[in-house]
Amino acid sequence: MLDMNFDFPNPVRIVQRTARDFARQAVAPLVAGMEETGRFPKSLVPKMAEVGLLGLVTPRRYGGSELGFLARTVALQEIGRVSAAVACALQVHHMQAAAIQDWGTPAQKEKYLPRLCRGEFLGTVAVTEPTGGSDLLGMATTAVPAAGGYALNGSKCFITNAHLAGAPVVIAKTGEGSRGLSAFIVEKGTRGFAPGREERKMGLRGADTGELFFKNCRVPEQNLLGDEGEGMKAALKTIGEAGRPGMAAIALGILDAALDEAVKFSKSRNLYGKPISNIQAIQWSIADILVDLETSKLLCYRASWLKDQGREDCATAMTLAKLHATEAACRATRKALEIHGGCGAMLEFPVQRLWRDAMVCVSAGGTTEIGKIVLSRSVLA
Amino acid sequence: MTMKTPSRRYIVCLKPVPDPSRFDKLRLDPETMLLRRGDVPQVVNPGDRHAIEAAVDLKKRFGGTIACLTMAPPDAREQLEEALAMGCDRACLLTDRAFAGADTLATARALAAAVRKLGRFDLILCGCYSADGSTGQVGPQLAELLGIPDLTHALSLRLQGRRLQARCGLQDGTAALEAGLPALVSLDPRANVPPLPPMRGISGALAKKIPAWSAADLGLAPAEVGLAGSPTRMLNVFTPAAGRKGEILQGSANEVAAQLLEKLRGEKILPARGGKGSS
Repeated sequence: MLDMNFDFPNPVRIVQRTARDFARQAVAPLVAGMEETGRFPKSLVPKMAEVGLLGLVTPRRYGGSELGFLARTVALQEIGRVSAAVACALQVHHMQAAAIQDWGTPAQKEKYLPRLCRGEFLGTVAVTEPTGGSDLLGMATTAVPAAGGYALNGSKCFITNAHLAGAPVVIAKTGEGSRGLSAFIVEKGTRGFAPGREERKMGLRGADTGELFFKNCRVPEQNLLGDEGEGMKAALKTIGEAGRPGMAAIALGILDAALDEAVKFSKSRNLYGKPISNIQAIQWSIADILVDLETSKLLCYRASWLKDQGREDCATAMTLAKLHATEAACRATRKALEIHGGCGAMLEFPVQRLWRDAMVCVSAGGTTEIGKIVLSRSVLA
Repeated sequence: MTMKTPSRRYIVCLKPVPDPSRFDKLRLDPETMLLRRGDVPQVVNPGDRHAIEAAVDLKKRFGGTIACLTMAPPDAREQLEEALAMGCDRACLLTDRAFAGADTLATARALAAAVRKLGRFDLILCGCYSADGSTGQVGPQLAELLGIPDLTHALSLRLQGRRLQARCGLQDGTAALEAGLPALVSLDPRANVPPLPPMRGISGALAKKIPAWSAADLGLAPAEVGLAGSPTRMLNVFTPAAGRKGEILQGSANEVAAQLLEKLRGEKILPARGGKGSS
């Protein structure tokens, strides 16, 4: 028989169980507090470092485990099943690790990757500005040559881990056109750099989101990430190959949780003398959620596997996975919420949080519309 | 000149079992009356995780190396990989079609041969019992075959030179026991909290080779292992029929109480009316 193996390799199964147990033990008790305050529990960072979640895609020589993107997807899914907000913080952290791994000099890797793995601080990649996130060339933050480096001026918004990042990667304009962007590592404490307010979100509550401000902020030349003019490539590769699969994996976790909640509620809620799971309308909704979950899993795992194989076509597969999984999460959580009837609107039931979280995942890491542009170009070009 | 103490060698025995969180999916094969293990993924027996953690803790405190062993089908490499991820240094898989159908004694015999093949050792650590068979016999039988003391249901361990001290759980309390090394200890699930296998441990385990040893490699004859070497024969597996008879009494509270009293007297659970001790 010709073989096509859909089973995870054993190390990925161990990662899955570890992440699942970690989520239950360390993350679940924090969810209610995160919903209430909107604050990220910093006490979680050393715990995530200890179990190795922070260094999943970082080479072993820099303190990571180098387990790759399939393992990362599965870990984010398990964390996201319990808290999409914690998974979001983690996935954006991985984005910075991937950016430094892909574009950093040996000295930059030595300096920042071990610290990111140890959880000295969380990571982020700051692209989006008040002008928008999709229109990269429309950004207004500038970096102009100054003595020994660059002077940055401008601001970023909607930045995950804004207040927890110790040395965020920041994209700024150094010229015009697609070669007019550059990436910088800006260390916390650099004069002229300060995080702004904490932004309040309807979903992913507890994932730190905020602004970053740069006012004549002097960044030394050695903190240029990649060559000058490579910022657009760096941003697109990092968003496309780390950010999108990260959001897709979070959507998988939300889908898992939506199915869990829908099944649990429909089997325990009695109507007309029997559980509502006996009603065909409910069964159809459960089947729809399952279809959304399983199709998303196939797309996400395959895209991550392509990345681990070093395949160039992984970015398109990741866009497809992200678009499908986040839209599926919105559909599925709405169905799960409707299965709950009036209870679905009540804050005691987690299903409403899942719906809010799913809605936020749609625009993060590239909107559905951007995804459609990428996908249509892949066949029309 | 000081004598250098040789580094301590720990051996952990573990068993792959069907994931206990999915026991509801387990079925018996109607013909062989054995568990259909393929229906549910195998995991490291939860009780054995406590043995791994105890060994890792001893290694942290006193140095040394940990080898882990299992006698199982080839798929059990996965559970050995997990033990390596949790901190074991090497792993050996005892696998051979001839091992199939082994009872606890034949299993202990294969493990004893593997322990001898590994050479010098100081302490063997086991779980107290497996989540599937739950006999709790393999550890003590292994100790017996090796001619070493065994301490079961250990709640805490102390190593002092060549002496092992353990506080062991009993039905109604604990006992402080001491034994000379080499020894075997089985860990009570209350002894520790096994940590999650860290990601670096998982990727580190990938680089380690796991040798497979057959009965011949262990110097065991076919008659000593598997079903042939097992004095136990399973004749039947069945669920005992629940023998309770329910009866619902009808009437007012007083009437029901009177009926109940009468029935209990009739069954001689309470003394008859007017008898000694009644009011």
